[in-house]
Amino acid sequence: MAEESKDRVQLNRGLAQMLKGGVIMDVTTPEQAKIAESAGACAVMALERIPADIRAAGGVARMSDPAMIKSIQNAVSIPVMAKCRIGHIAEAEILQAINIDYIDESEVLSPADDVYHIDKTRFKVPFVCGARDLGEALRRIAEGAAMIRTKGEPGTGDVVQAVRHMRKINRQIHELTALRDDELFEAAKELQVPYDLVKSVHDNGKLPVVNFAAGGVATPADAALMMELGAEGVFVGSGIFKSGNPAKRADAIVKAVTNYKDKEMLAKLSENLGEAMVGINAEEIKTIMEERGK
Amino acid sequence: MKRVGVLALQGAFIEHEKMLSSLGADTVEIRQLRDLDGIDALVLPGGESTTCGKLLKDLGIMSPLREMLNNGLPVFGTCAGEILLAEKIDGKSSDYLATVPIDVKRNAYGRQLGSFNTVSEFKGIGEVPMTFIRAPYITSVGDGVEIKACVDGKIVGAEYNNELAISFHPEISGETSIHRYFLEKMVR
Repeated sequence: MAEESKDRVQLNRGLAQMLKGGVIMDVTTPEQAKIAESAGACAVMALERIPADIRAAGGVARMSDPAMIKSIQNAVSIPVMAKCRIGHIAEAEILQAINIDYIDESEVLSPADDVYHIDKTRFKVPFVCGARDLGEALRRIAEGAAMIRTKGEPGTGDVVQAVRHMRKINRQIHELTALRDDELFEAAKELQVPYDLVKSVHDNGKLPVVNFAAGGVATPADAALMMELGAEGVFVGSGIFKSGNPAKRADAIVKAVTNYKDKEMLAKLSENLGEAMVGINAEEIKTIMEERGK
Repeated sequence: MKRVGVLALQGAFIEHEKMLSSLGADTVEIRQLRDLDGIDALVLPGGESTTCGKLLKDLGIMSPLREMLNNGLPVFGTCAGEILLAEKIDGKSSDYLATVPIDVKRNAYGRQLGSFNTVSEFKGIGEVPMTFIRAPYITSVGDGVEIKACVDGKIVGAEYNNELAISFHPEISGETSIHRYFLEKMVR
């Protein structure tokens, strides 16, 4: 049993490694999923409403209808992810039962539990979770997350929070690597995370799982910025299907992630993309999703 | 020192680079056509084959690379890399590199819950640990293809002249023997 669960950890973290250097796109219909796949998305996130619309609609946002998720699974060959509410064990079990490839325990939906996250070590299916700093990232990994993403501020088209979170996590990683071995116990106490994970980050100079950027990415330049800051790949939520020409924008963001270092190519990719999503300044909004689940 | 290109459009390319470096090879990331200059061999990593295939076409790498493979450039493809090399995918002619006469079944073990680890015989090496993640397997092989590995009666490794294609991920399990085999036996 112990051997089997060790296998699952490796396989689930391994799938995230296969997604690196790629773009994971939010889609709400099989048609959008096909557009995303042909544009070169490495996975899709199936959900009924994209974050910008969840924000506009207000009320309680829940897991999507399994029938809708299945229709997307049948439409594409790339991995399909779906979101459950923070702490909602039953929604996660339902998603596992329909053979989802990855569950996002997400602050974009209304939290079901304001104290506890799901014990993800009890699931066979992998989880990705959001984090704003190293402490949150390592707590989620201790709970069994096989992949981490920045929280950003979803549905805004404003990249400032994703930038803040990515910079903070990477700065804290660098600070840890500079510590003496005997200082790591105190660091674990301050970060409120298990010592073993602190030691792993200190020794390897990186998280033990893949770390993607998410929240507010709307243009090829936004995606390239996040890669420049150390993201291993990018989630794009509302940015694509809230824009004027989704197929072209999706294609350009995929290429921007692969060749983020080639500025001439980035310039060409940024031309004539049509209208970007309108965007809301992250400081003007009332619902702060990144505050959910710490 | 052997200079090995690693296709770095998307996927687990860094893992391959680390493994090749640990075996004494020099690695170079292939992101554009000009990066192919001067390489002695190429590795096609795991990732999403639809993503890598599309980028290979759009970036103008596909045709020149196919010609290099047909002219004898040693290549080693894992998982998505195997799909890019296969002449047929799910019974249909592939418009990716399509330089190895094999037919592959995509996501042959199902979704992520079907991913697994096992240990099996690899011809010319012996028993090796194998990590399968949403993996393909080979349903048929053409003339001149040597079957290198099978798991539960399904073909998961094949060699064809200068080309080696496997369904699993030694770069994830940390198993160096197949990379060593490629560098020593196939790269001159």
